[in-house]
Amino acid sequence: LASRCSRFGALLRPSRNVASPMVRFMSDDSHDDFKPKLKTNAEDSDALSIIKDQVSNHDIILYMKGTPQQPMCGFSAQVVRVLHAQGVSFNSCNVLEHPHIREGIKEYSQWPTIPQLYVKGEFVGGCDIITDMHQSGELEETLKEFAVQGSTTE
Amino acid sequence: AIENKLSEAFTPEVLEVINESSGHNVPRGSETHFKVVIVSPSFEGTPLLGRHRMVHTVLEEELAGGVHALSIVAKTPAQWARA
Repeated sequence: LASRCSRFGALLRPSRNVASPMVRFMSDDSHDDFKPKLKTNAEDSDALSIIKDQVSNHDIILYMKGTPQQPMCGFSAQVVRVLHAQGVSFNSCNVLEHPHIREGIKEYSQWPTIPQLYVKGEFVGGCDIITDMHQSGELEETLKEFAVQGSTTE
Repeated sequence: AIENKLSEAFTPEVLEVINESSGHNVPRGSETHFKVVIVSPSFEGTPLLGRHRMVHTVLEEELAGGVHALSIVAKTPAQWARA
């Protein structure tokens, strides 16, 4: 079994999912330059260390069902919408394609559901929490340093 | 059962447990997707993540069983009155 979560900057090519035997690309409409990542693992027990690497190496990573371009669940879609509204680029991992990550992330966070958002290696919350924080302004605070689009305030 | 467990654990002022399974891609009569609205002083001083975890702990069995999505609104009485 191969486990891969990877990203591909929209800067280099128009948004498109390209699958190849070794590497999968996902774009999130961002304009930042992200290098594609390649990870393989053979054991379920490695899922936890893969996740640890992922959340350490990416400032913002969303574990979701589907991709930002094609979410496969309403709750995941909502978090994607919120993140786009916040104007940040983010990595994502489609747990539907990686069953041991799907199970691993629930154990890693001690959180039973997907989607799950990690910022700077810390679990922030699922759909309800993210939406609540978005409405209260708390999310903007948390993501301030990552916003790539200009905001309307100073 | 969900209602009883939450009632006992949090003695809530407001408690609503809604089966939202019909809004998702699952067979009729499923009990897989729930929404919980709970207002309790037990949440005072606890951040959102903590509150959700408290609810998860109470509903551990259900989550390990058929419940596959849980939407939670957890407020203190003061927050509820404001909203």
